[in-house]
Amino acid sequence: MKSGVLNLVVKRLAVAVVTLLIVLFAVFFATSMLPGDTASILLGQAATPEAVAGLREAMHLNDPAILRFLRWLVGLLHGDLGTSYANDMPVAALIGGRFVNTMKLAGITTLISVPLALTLGITAAMLRGSVYDRTVTILSIGVISVPEFMVATLAVLLFAVYLRWLPALSSVNEAHSLTDLVRIYAMPVITLTFVISAQMIRMTRAAVIETLSTPYVEMALLKGASRSRMVLRHALPNALGPIVNAVALSLSYLVGGVIIVETIFNYPGIAKLMVDAVATRDLPLIQSCAMIFCLGYLLLITAADIIAIMSNPRLR
Amino acid sequence: MTMARAAASRRSFLGHSYNLVGVLASLVILAWTLVAVFAPYIIPHPIGDIVDDDYFGPMRQGLWLGSDYLGRDMLSRVLMGARYTVGISLAAVSIACFSGVVLGMIAAVTGGWLDTCLSRFLDAMNSIPSKLFGLVVVAAVGSSIPVLILTLAVIYIPGAYRFARALAVNINTMDFMTVARVRGESTAYLIGSEILPNIIRPVLADFGLRFVFIVLLLSGLSFLGLGLQPPLADWGALVRENIGGLPFAAPAVIVPSLAIASLTISVNLLIDNLPQKIRDRDA
Repeated sequence: MKSGVLNLVVKRLAVAVVTLLIVLFAVFFATSMLPGDTASILLGQAATPEAVAGLREAMHLNDPAILRFLRWLVGLLHGDLGTSYANDMPVAALIGGRFVNTMKLAGITTLISVPLALTLGITAAMLRGSVYDRTVTILSIGVISVPEFMVATLAVLLFAVYLRWLPALSSVNEAHSLTDLVRIYAMPVITLTFVISAQMIRMTRAAVIETLSTPYVEMALLKGASRSRMVLRHALPNALGPIVNAVALSLSYLVGGVIIVETIFNYPGIAKLMVDAVATRDLPLIQSCAMIFCLGYLLLITAADIIAIMSNPRLR
Repeated sequence: MTMARAAASRRSFLGHSYNLVGVLASLVILAWTLVAVFAPYIIPHPIGDIVDDDYFGPMRQGLWLGSDYLGRDMLSRVLMGARYTVGISLAAVSIACFSGVVLGMIAAVTGGWLDTCLSRFLDAMNSIPSKLFGLVVVAAVGSSIPVLILTLAVIYIPGAYRFARALAVNINTMDFMTVARVRGESTAYLIGSEILPNIIRPVLADFGLRFVFIVLLLSGLSFLGLGLQPPLADWGALVRENIGGLPFAAPAVIVPSLAIASLTISVNLLIDNLPQKIRDRDA
């Protein structure tokens, strides 16, 4: 690899860092705009004005926003996420277990959806124009066109109401055996897999089809290579970069999907924690959750871009 | 070559059925638009009235789509919901596309530091997941129709900007642009009379796609309880308030979902079946 690629990658990483700062800034200021005074919310209706003023002083709420932002940022670098307003626990402790839960959900979904989507996408591109391809395309457009909560409600209707195979709600703490575990994760994972796979199938199919329209694939066709050899040996190695790019981009849809899915299925992850934190106006908690989501999202789209740069032989 | 392929597919049987799909899709969109405009005149019952003794009532004569969790007429509520879902989304997508496209064209024509700053800033905005952004902003300033419209618009400006800028940059290198510049035309003239007419068709297709994204996001926010607040209800809010009917497969929870799906799928299908020339885009 020559320095050209390295340069581009370093540049892209620098952009990601700058973006992260801007995003952190935006998140901090959006949350400081939350209505209502945190001190008076915490103390309840019976609080005296003196008590509210005292608490405001103690929580540094009177400092200018920029100072609070810098203090928050420094704390962040020391691994201190702050203290939750609502129940006076360190945010890190609140998030810890929830974060693992969300990562489990995302991890299982990735393990299932990536092979599934790649197989469907590549075969659909191979059999372009066939009934199979039309079916896969229409189904994936269908899933993309509907909101995530609708995929979830349809999954509940099908598996929990009509077939009665699975429970509609999950509670991770009651898992004692493997079957319990499967029953708990099945519903959220099925929903997320649908949402993520649909994106991935479309992008994979497009990437392979684009490679199939290049002159060297036409050459392979002319010299009499079979259709599957043409796709697997000639087109696929070159489509690999765009495909991995598509996978990383599609996985960033997990961020949005997880928010809806955790709320619907009452799954104890950070998205649920954040939606609840919005209700209680728990600033440090919202900031930390939002930051984790933005970070994950940024990591995935940056990875997608870097893979695209590295896989382009013209830049090497 | 593209022309030849398009002509060939139009002659084939499948090519014909594409266009049929396109026509059907536009009919569905037209129907929902009419419903959105005339909803107050065609609803059979006032949306707040409790007309059924039972909650989550089934479909029957007089209550064609059953009743909701309070025994209100579901048909009327879905018809009125169309107003909010279509209206808010349309307003938001218009603001988003107008601002995004104008900024994109200005950035492409002007170039230099303005282009760099604008692109960097909007790219950063794009790195905030849309649902998260909506969640935080709506929670911060409370949920009302103007706030929703503006939030949704702001979320989708970066996408519209990027799309329009990419198209406009290509046009900007054409000879007629150089000629116009040499003539001493203003930026307003350049973007309005030289660039816009050349990118308007893909921009309109993009408008449709963004409309779908906004409908989905609005429904998602309403479903989380952060969108339209009661007593107003768009389709997402209707699903949320009737989610208790899910275990009995009540029409009250299925019908609004189907309404969202019919609208978004129709717009997607319509765009997919537009002639190649219109939707030709490099995204």
